[in-house]
Amino acid sequence: MKGRTSYKMIIVLALGYAFLFGPIVILIVYSFNASKLVTVWGGFSLKWYGELLKDKGILDAFWNSLRIAFCTAGFATALGTIAGYVMARFGRFRGHTTFASTITAPLVMPEVITGLASLLLFVSMERIIGWPQGRGMLTIWIAHVTFATAFVAIIVSSRLRDMDLSIEEAALDLGAPPLKVFFVITLPIIAPALISGWLLAFTLSLDDLVITSFVAGPGSTTLPMKVFSAARLGISPKINAIGTLIVLIASFFIVSFSIISFKMEKKRKREAQQAFENN
Amino acid sequence: MTTTPEQKKEPSIGADASKPFVLKPFVEIINISKNFDNFVAVSGINLQIAEGEIFALLGSSGCGKSTLLRMLAGLETPTTGEIIIDGQDMASIPPFKRPINMMFQSYALFPHMTVEKNVAFGLKQDRVPKKQIKERVMEILKLVEMEAYAKRKSHQLSGGQMQRVALARILVKRPKLLLLDEPMAALDKKLRAQMQIELVDILEDVGVTCIMVTHDQEEAMTMASRIAVMDKGSIIQTGPPSVVYEFPNSRFTAEFIGSVNLFHGKIVEDAADHAIIRCEEIENDVYIDHGVTGTADMLVSVAIRPEKMIVTHDKPDEKYNWTQGIVEDIVYLGSFSTYYVKLTNGKRAIATQANLNRTIHERPTWEQKVYLSWLPVSGVMLTK
Repeated sequence: MKGRTSYKMIIVLALGYAFLFGPIVILIVYSFNASKLVTVWGGFSLKWYGELLKDKGILDAFWNSLRIAFCTAGFATALGTIAGYVMARFGRFRGHTTFASTITAPLVMPEVITGLASLLLFVSMERIIGWPQGRGMLTIWIAHVTFATAFVAIIVSSRLRDMDLSIEEAALDLGAPPLKVFFVITLPIIAPALISGWLLAFTLSLDDLVITSFVAGPGSTTLPMKVFSAARLGISPKINAIGTLIVLIASFFIVSFSIISFKMEKKRKREAQQAFENN
Repeated sequence: MTTTPEQKKEPSIGADASKPFVLKPFVEIINISKNFDNFVAVSGINLQIAEGEIFALLGSSGCGKSTLLRMLAGLETPTTGEIIIDGQDMASIPPFKRPINMMFQSYALFPHMTVEKNVAFGLKQDRVPKKQIKERVMEILKLVEMEAYAKRKSHQLSGGQMQRVALARILVKRPKLLLLDEPMAALDKKLRAQMQIELVDILEDVGVTCIMVTHDQEEAMTMASRIAVMDKGSIIQTGPPSVVYEFPNSRFTAEFIGSVNLFHGKIVEDAADHAIIRCEEIENDVYIDHGVTGTADMLVSVAIRPEKMIVTHDKPDEKYNWTQGIVEDIVYLGSFSTYYVKLTNGKRAIATQANLNRTIHERPTWEQKVYLSWLPVSGVMLTK
């Protein structure tokens, strides 16, 4: 009885995984296809990876994306942390609801709207105050920070709400002024949430196509834009190759982050157990 | 022994015998109130606490005791009133500059620091020289018997150890006033009894003035030299544990501290040295060895503690202070037994009797008719 149940469960699990990861597996497999036709298997080859390295357009776009994602993640983490702190710690001040909903609006706003609104803003700003001049990396960065901040703020404020408020009060009581409490006590304790927020902001920025397309200018093509336009002209196995590389890099970061936090948690539990047994 | 100049300058934390508190209280709380929106948490509290005293604020949850403590620490701003500590008004002093330190209910140790760093944190904020910090931290960890755990982090400690570290962390700053918020709430029952005694020993060793908050009357009576019973944001009664227990000033205190038999009635005779009260619930009049400033026919309550009730099989000879009933329930607790006696008119009275010898057959048993009596010095008349 028990054996049959688990047998069925394994099938269901396999189907679930196939649904989620099948397309990615196909993408990876076909990146090693020798044939130029994406859908026909022509034997194993690494030639598309070689082609990729020669394609300056894709490499430039990849470099652009990385730079934007890096700067976005850093700035969004800083802004999001401040916003999250205000949402979680400042109580119900006047305009609390308005503040919280404007911060989190990008989470529910359709990307097309956010993108269009950002474009209109940049155009009218240029007309009125002459800045930012034209569209490019700067405008993409500003637009990305806007929506990535929302995600970081949510992560940070929920972590802060879980944190024992009396830890901060104790630091204040022991003689540390509020700003010092924030940097010496609060920040180190919520550091894991900041890392998650940074990684999320990085991936979101790296991945974004819709908003980027609205606010991009000449010379600021990002990787998703490049891939999308390449795909419209006809899919080249080179796209599969770059997709595979991105999947590999992303999995590397996610897997190592989870292994580290899993090990730290295990160590912490073991030590807590020991402390309990010693008494 | 040579002392460094810094050490000489620091004030002694021990109680200063040359300053009698009768003339000048060390902590003075004057007409303090705190409102949250429309809710009154603390209303018009006046309190004076002497140097070196361990004072307990006792009350059920939501009675405002924690709010009062947080106002002393500076974590809440009073709506009205003044707090004066050692002659200094605290109103304009932010929490991080007050000579007061608080131990939190959760202990609030910094999880990312070792025990040593936790304890050193407060001294670092005061810019104490590094060498002195190390000495003082080690000295205080030794006092709370935690020096072997200096390099551990808080999750590697048991509840009792965390409490010691939390205590060390505030004691090391040599505060003028120590605040303890439910110091035993995070410990299990057995450890609690042991730590109550140890904590008082440490506090008396150091000689620091201390205000604690608790909802546990046993804890308050074990640890404090004086208790304030609080209800709905006000103080009902203040006094040493024995006074609050034996001479409650109101029905609330009588019922809150320990259990009590309350009989309602009216005064039939009121003299300077005694009073006689007629209660419908008991057959005979109650004779109490103290009078009240009241009028005849005034409605009052008589409070008699269960351990002051005497359970007998024979009818007492006295004219006053006894009643009869049927034993409804007996709770045997080893050192004493509690008898629930149903009086003739249906009211239930509680009496505890020490089990002085091992024979059981002489004690009252279920459904038996018994007489409850008490001495004139046992009852307390309550007008509130």
